[in-house]
Amino acid sequence: MEDQPIDREWKKGSAELLLLSLLEALPRHGYEISKLIEQRSQGALRIHAASLYPLLYRLEKRGWILGRWVEKSGQRRRRYYRLTSLGRKVLASQRKGWQTFVAAINRITGVENA
Amino acid sequence: MPDWNEPIRKLLAGLKLAPAREAEIVEELAQHAGDRYRDLKSGGATGAEARRLTLDELGGHELLARGLRAVERPDAPEPVVLGAGGGGRLLSGLGQDIRYGFRTLRKNPGFTAVAMLALALGIGANTAIFSVVNAVLLRPLAYPDPDRLLTIFETTSEFSQSSVAYPNYLDWRRESRAFTDMGAFRNDDVNFTGAGEPEQVSGEYVSASLFPMLGVTPFLGRNFLPGEDRPGAACAVMLSYNFWKGRFGADLNILGKTLTLNAVSCAVAGVLPAGLRLREEARVFVPIEQWSSVELHSREVRPGLRVIGRLKPGVSIEAAQAEITSISQGLARQYPAANAGHGAKLARVKDDMVKNIRPTLLLLMGAVGFVLIIACANVANLLLARSTARKREFAIRAALGAERGRVVRQLLTESVLLSLGAALIGLLLARWGTSLVLAAAPGSLPRAAEIGIDPYVLLFTLAVSVVTGVLFGLAPAFHGANANPQESLKEGARGAGGGRHRAEGVFVAVEIGLAVILLAGAGLMMQSVWRLWQVDPGFNTSNVLTTHVALSPTVMDSPPGIRLAYRQLLGRVAAIPGVRSAAITALVPLGDDDSEISYWAGTGPQPPQDQTTSAMFYIVTPDYPGVMQIPLRRGRFFTDRDNLASLPVAVIDEVLASHIFPGRDPVGRQLSVILLGPVQIVGVVGHVKHWGLDSDDTAKIRDQIYFPFLQVPDQFMSAAVAGLTLALRTVPEPLSLVSAVRAQVAGPTRDQPIYAVRTMEQIISESLAERRFTMLMLIIFAATALLLAAVGIYGVMAYAVTRRTHELGIRGALGASRGEIVGLVLLQGMRLAAIGLAGGLIAALALTRFMAGMLYGVRPADPATLAAVTLLLGGIALLACYIPARRATAVDPAVALRCE
Repeated sequence: MEDQPIDREWKKGSAELLLLSLLEALPRHGYEISKLIEQRSQGALRIHAASLYPLLYRLEKRGWILGRWVEKSGQRRRRYYRLTSLGRKVLASQRKGWQTFVAAINRITGVENA
Repeated sequence: MPDWNEPIRKLLAGLKLAPAREAEIVEELAQHAGDRYRDLKSGGATGAEARRLTLDELGGHELLARGLRAVERPDAPEPVVLGAGGGGRLLSGLGQDIRYGFRTLRKNPGFTAVAMLALALGIGANTAIFSVVNAVLLRPLAYPDPDRLLTIFETTSEFSQSSVAYPNYLDWRRESRAFTDMGAFRNDDVNFTGAGEPEQVSGEYVSASLFPMLGVTPFLGRNFLPGEDRPGAACAVMLSYNFWKGRFGADLNILGKTLTLNAVSCAVAGVLPAGLRLREEARVFVPIEQWSSVELHSREVRPGLRVIGRLKPGVSIEAAQAEITSISQGLARQYPAANAGHGAKLARVKDDMVKNIRPTLLLLMGAVGFVLIIACANVANLLLARSTARKREFAIRAALGAERGRVVRQLLTESVLLSLGAALIGLLLARWGTSLVLAAAPGSLPRAAEIGIDPYVLLFTLAVSVVTGVLFGLAPAFHGANANPQESLKEGARGAGGGRHRAEGVFVAVEIGLAVILLAGAGLMMQSVWRLWQVDPGFNTSNVLTTHVALSPTVMDSPPGIRLAYRQLLGRVAAIPGVRSAAITALVPLGDDDSEISYWAGTGPQPPQDQTTSAMFYIVTPDYPGVMQIPLRRGRFFTDRDNLASLPVAVIDEVLASHIFPGRDPVGRQLSVILLGPVQIVGVVGHVKHWGLDSDDTAKIRDQIYFPFLQVPDQFMSAAVAGLTLALRTVPEPLSLVSAVRAQVAGPTRDQPIYAVRTMEQIISESLAERRFTMLMLIIFAATALLLAAVGIYGVMAYAVTRRTHELGIRGALGASRGEIVGLVLLQGMRLAAIGLAGGLIAALALTRFMAGMLYGVRPADPATLAAVTLLLGGIALLACYIPARRATAVDPAVALRCE
């Protein structure tokens, strides 16, 4: 459980951004999102169901994403989330903000030393 | 693969989500958990480890619940709204509905009070009438197995239910096998000489078999023994509970003590249970054989004897009827003089008891039901108006996911709460109303003492109030539930769906229609009573005092003594200042008593009973026509010289004259009267409406014979004296002379009481009591209906004007005159009124037919009454519309337009 503090920390600031980013290309279901976060961060970031789903529902309520039950042949139906146009705008602005933020941090903390 | 649904549902349990939403979340999370579990296992974890880890990630530290709570229940709306009804949630939801309903009603005290009051009036009136119907018509008699108790009547060609000759009763009882037993009784007044003043008490002569057959167990002591019910047996007496309590201070040692009744010492055998009542209220009960009159054992006369029998188990009424008929036929063959043409008929005791009042009570029950429906329509309109005001509330609920059925249920709960509250007030009103009904009810109302509020009445009230609540709540509830969230939330203060106005119009029309029916009923009864008052009874009813007189026991055993006592008594009374004339009569017209006698023309022997005719028989003293002011048509009336020393004479009425002597002068001709023999007709007088102002014209026996009191033979004297009435024509108001009359009747021995003092006008008034009661009740109901309908139409029109303020303002601005605007509003209101009136008139035509039997001199579909009702209601509707219409003209166009 040593990853709990990290989990909580990154979630607060950036989890929304991560989710929106992952849904940008194509609709995905919850488990897929959680696996992708783990894989792409090479295990550095993890989000559990207990945090993921409330977040998804909140974004859905805000109208940034839209969940829909999809049935594929031979499988149980799953709820796929896709970005709405509003979500796309939010993602663009958050992404911009994040990049500005990261650049600023980098400028202070690493790049000069590197 | 473990089952994930259950643990996940447990994690969500505290959130109280809507079931549909909860199911969705469970499904999604369970899939996630399944995927995770599979991946963990393929990564090398054991099943148990994988399961534990998966669950940890799902619910660790209540993270999920906390996260979901923030998202899923942002504003924690009323769970009422989110509930989905159905199954086990129904009851818990109901509790919420009730709590919420209470809150809503409390928030609007004005509305709640008005609605409750209207309903309480309706429910209270219904409860009051029902408690009468319940006690009189529905509740079984207070005897064991009361359905097997049958009254047995004699039947003749003239009477379908005649009283019974005692010897016939004895023969029935001996020969019948269908009955376990029979009993006979006869009501009569008894002269009771206690410690103080002598007094006349109501008594009942009963056969010894009567009480055991009915199943009456004495409260104290025992029933009569067969040996006490024989001629010459020592007199025994049983007391009514009330008499024992009131007169003897509930003396527990009363048994065996002696009372003096009709100058005979009678030992107290028992005290009857409280509430026992045969036909009339009686205080003392004496074995029937103690009635020392030749009439008792005569088959020819039927002195008001009633017979009840208890059917054997397993015997049908039809079988018993067949048996009693064949016994009667045998008796008719055996005793043709007395019994030819006589049969016997059975009727359930209870049915016989209530048969006269049943139509009246059912009519009133129907009428009072209409009042309740009108009250319902009024409250429904109030609720409709309020539901429009509450539209936004319902819209928000619907937007938050409340189902239509749920909102309907909530609204119905509110209206049922309202009507249950009204029922509580109504019960109080009913207690008061019942005593009002009893005070107004005719004294002859059977079983009146049993009327009260019992569990059946409570059940009735509860049922009525629930049905009422649903009835008036239905339209507003559906109207409220139909609220379209988008429309309603968008809509401003003005405007509402058209459905409401239509429903409102329907309610007002229904109210007016029902009011028409009630007013028509009341109007017809008023006309009947009024017309009856106009009927000439054949004598002058004003300023006549009548009273029963009991002679001193010391003179009662000698007929000459009786004659002398009456002569002296009349002399003393006639000398009272203010008394114009005084007479004795055995029979008072319209006074519920009757006395028929068989007669035939000529002086021949008596033909068989079925070939004789019956006439009313009045034994009177010479001044009787003077007191009653009955016109003499021919010949003369009696004088004091018509006595036992002279030829027996009679005076007949004009009906008998034209019946037996059509076109001839009857004076000087002869008639024969049963038991008395031939009499000479000396005069003809006008007909007196004996049977009632209404029913005399259609009565079977209308012939009347007057016979001089002084010519009554000795052997019939004691029978003739029972129930003699003193009649006085007075100059001042009759009742002002009562104490003087009492003093003069008492005589030197001070042992001759007067009792049952009534003026002739009171007697007539009592003869109309039942009709007047019906009329009074219908007037009360109709007035209530009128008031409610007027309030109803006023409310709707006032609201309509408010709603049209804007429109009327524009019309005013565009130049419409005041008159035009008033006309516009009146037109709208009067259209509703016209629809209601038309519907009401049609219904009244159909329904008043059921009143035909209670009407007199007016047909159910009386055009004048219906026209009057239409005018009255139309006028009131016009007024109720005019007030709001006037207000509409006061609208300042500028203000109206600013309203928008």
